[in-house]
Amino acid sequence: MAHWPLLSVLIWLPIVGAILVLALGRDARVARWLSVLVTLLTFVVSLPLYSGYDAVAGGMQFAESHLWIGGLKAYYGLAVDGISVALIVLTTFTSVLVIIGSWGPINKRVSQYMAAMLVLEGMLIGIFAATDALLFYVFFEAMLIPMFIIIGVWGGPRRVYATLKFFIYTFLGSIFMLIALIYLHMKTGEFSLAAFAAAPLSTTEQAWLFFGFLAGFAIKVPMWPVHTWLPDAHVEAPTGGSVILAAIMLKVGGYGFIRFSLPITPDASQEYAWVVIAMSLIAVVYIGYVALVQDDMKKLVAYSSVAHMAFVTLGIFITLALVREHANPDAARLGMQGAMVQMISHGFVSGAMFACIGVLYDRLHTRMINEYGGVMNVMPWFGGFFILFSMANCGLPGTSGFVGEFMVILASFQSNPFIALVAAFTLIIGAAYTLWLVKRVIFGEVTNPKVAKFKRLDAREWIVLGSFAVAVLALGIYPKPLTDLMDSSVLQIVNALMLSKA
Amino acid sequence: MTIQFNPADLLAILPELVLLGATCAILLIDLFLKPSQRDITHWLSIAAIAVTSFLVWRGAPEVAQGVSAFNGMFKHDGISVVLKQFVLLTTGLSLFYARNYMRERSLLFGEFYLLILFATIGMMLLVSAGSLVTAYLGLELLALSSYALVALNRQSAISAEAAIKYFVLGALASGLLLYGMSMIYGTTGTLDLAAISAQVNQVEHRGWLAIGLVFIVSGVAFKLGAAPFHMWLPDVYHGAPTAIAVFIGSAAKVAAFGLLYRLLEGGLGPMSEHWTPMLALLSVLSLAVGNLFAIAQSNLKRMLAYSTISHIGFMLLGFVGGSPAGYSAAMFYIISYTMTATVAFGIIALLARAGFECEEIDDFKGLNQRSPWYAAIMGISMFSLAGVPPLFGFFAKLLVLKSAIDAGFLWLAIVAIIFAIIGIYYYLRVVKVMYFDAAADDAAVPLPADLPLRWVISLNGLALVVLGLAWGPLFDWCNRAFGV
Repeated sequence: MAHWPLLSVLIWLPIVGAILVLALGRDARVARWLSVLVTLLTFVVSLPLYSGYDAVAGGMQFAESHLWIGGLKAYYGLAVDGISVALIVLTTFTSVLVIIGSWGPINKRVSQYMAAMLVLEGMLIGIFAATDALLFYVFFEAMLIPMFIIIGVWGGPRRVYATLKFFIYTFLGSIFMLIALIYLHMKTGEFSLAAFAAAPLSTTEQAWLFFGFLAGFAIKVPMWPVHTWLPDAHVEAPTGGSVILAAIMLKVGGYGFIRFSLPITPDASQEYAWVVIAMSLIAVVYIGYVALVQDDMKKLVAYSSVAHMAFVTLGIFITLALVREHANPDAARLGMQGAMVQMISHGFVSGAMFACIGVLYDRLHTRMINEYGGVMNVMPWFGGFFILFSMANCGLPGTSGFVGEFMVILASFQSNPFIALVAAFTLIIGAAYTLWLVKRVIFGEVTNPKVAKFKRLDAREWIVLGSFAVAVLALGIYPKPLTDLMDSSVLQIVNALMLSKA
Repeated sequence: MTIQFNPADLLAILPELVLLGATCAILLIDLFLKPSQRDITHWLSIAAIAVTSFLVWRGAPEVAQGVSAFNGMFKHDGISVVLKQFVLLTTGLSLFYARNYMRERSLLFGEFYLLILFATIGMMLLVSAGSLVTAYLGLELLALSSYALVALNRQSAISAEAAIKYFVLGALASGLLLYGMSMIYGTTGTLDLAAISAQVNQVEHRGWLAIGLVFIVSGVAFKLGAAPFHMWLPDVYHGAPTAIAVFIGSAAKVAAFGLLYRLLEGGLGPMSEHWTPMLALLSVLSLAVGNLFAIAQSNLKRMLAYSTISHIGFMLLGFVGGSPAGYSAAMFYIISYTMTATVAFGIIALLARAGFECEEIDDFKGLNQRSPWYAAIMGISMFSLAGVPPLFGFFAKLLVLKSAIDAGFLWLAIVAIIFAIIGIYYYLRVVKVMYFDAAADDAAVPLPADLPLRWVISLNGLALVVLGLAWGPLFDWCNRAFGV
């Protein structure tokens, strides 16, 4: 097992699968079955990653390293810690559901859609597994190409505007990160993240690098005020694209903060943590209110994503204050754990919400809330799922949404009760916009005659929503396997933060 | 000074001699061929290029710093080997891309091949130039052939206009260059680039030398198409038959890089503190002009012309440091650019047919429906030009940005990436048209059944992916050439 390049297989299996799908998928049915097979296989292959990872020992495992570019000392270096394992399994799990979910709605150029999704999956796994900054950057940017195509070809009426905005916006952020990486390469002579983390850097250098990384990752998360591409991209993307975008692509930003900003620029991260925390709190409250007034379901969930992802950034950066100013490593660990749980949970919940909206959209071909109403009467099971995911979205105890938010609020309280107070607003605002959405869409009388003719959930939709529901409940009731998996990795990151680099 | 003839010198120039001999032979053979037998000329030319490439490879100098022949007139070193190989490769590609296009327009004269082969000899001399005279001779051989090539379509007014513009402005550029060379010769008393380099710092009249430098930089910038000396470029790309634009846009740029390197670093290297600011200025202007004007174009060939200007700006980033690592990055960049641009122009030539040029961006509408494979190849080329990983063009950008930052030109690197982001828009627009728009007319036009063309362009496109994933060997090759 130890010599089997598991991570490489995980990255390249979907990409090779994509080529097969393109080559053989002239018949849409072949393309669909083949891509489901590939994603299922990838999911199965990713399970040994979870079972084989020694969570007690922590640290980087399953390492692979081959010289890539000798002249720059860039390596094809892959390895995972507990955080990466969790995100990779989330990716392989969600990809299966996305492919199954796209069987019905995607009817034109099926093989190209499936291939783009598979390539995207490979790239995302690569991002979470890369230990070499250049390799990370390559995956980080390359994933824009399939997403650009997915939104642009299979998206809604304003898809061209949305996808161009998405591409250029995210490219803008990450290219500043590239400059930061080149600078670090100049300092260290290599591209490995470990060497970057070990390099001594003055406070000024750290500050510049910190803002370089911030530009890249804040746009990806996305944080207020650079979130404006997200609602457009979400609204115009096909359902599968929205699910991947919300469930996994946004996590890349949070992951980047943990892998780059904290270890490489700890002192600048501490100095400017207030910037990130302030941005996160504004997102929680302001974006929550923005979500409240949306009359487009997808936009509403997109804005709620921004607000929820703000908990991730809050959790990550409150850690610094706790470690360094309050010398409270236990609370710091809690904050970081909370951020990670929130990432995974948001992956399930937002993915499920978009899948639900997809189910509705396939029936009525509109996302406007006021066209619906009384869906419960015609689709009772669907109504149940929708309510469950909505409850998770507003953080009801017993669902996964509660765990992460609670941990982050608890940790923030130990740093500054005021921060916790503002963050806790999410429980009210989140409940407001989510429950109001449920009230208008699911409950009430059937006013639109077309709604009365809705077909019930078919087997395919059952599989997708059912799997998400199991995940949301499992994580909400018993999050221990997840926190155990990540605990020692989180501890190592928190411990590393105690040392100054300047 | 007596000129000594050393027979061993012939060995250094063997590839050029063989190509010259082959060209003359093809000239004679072609006279006896009927137009229907023009394929023989085509394959003979390709064979001549292949043999020359083989000889360049076999004749690579064993010593790292290379050898010089004919009393230093001719430099045979690692740099010239790399550049010659890519000049020959892109020339060969241009011939493949041109055949069908030129035949459909009844332009497939024997002269087309001969002019291209003569231009190739000129480029090979140019990149090996060890003295001002060799550089100028090579340049003029290239330039005169190119003027004629642009004008090959005599019936087309727009081609004729482009050729006249190219000729007049090219002659002006040559004049500037020659005037600068005369200043340098006047102050240093030698035409030999190595000797100039050795004497530059002992010259009394530094002012005249500086004026000469300004003229040389302007002349070379003209040939490269760097702003503000770029005016001819869009008109020539637009007016020239597509198949010729492939050649002028690819191989000639590699040669122009050689000219820049030989004259500035080879001859005036000790004055680098004077010419690096000039190149930095040219770089910023080219980036701005190229990227901003490209947005407004609706003709794909014009858009690619402005994109060339911006890429030249990027390439110059490698030069501003004045270090071997920077030159190596710049060479890598120019190779990457030409390999990518040949794909883009090649696809335009592939899709064109008799009476239809397929050079407006809108002509690419819905290409993905008609031909997913060539849409994908064109998409790869556009993403590579835009500098999106994992494609070849990204790593070239990475290297020149790195060399600029290493040289302390952080501000220049930031300016460059800001324009790169602006540039992404117009490349994405081509992808958008191909993938997101529906085809204008559903009449599926069959693509030409020229199998070698299809294979070569597919390989050329896939090379952008392969070289993106495994660019280490090429990078090492460039580094070795400059002794990094």
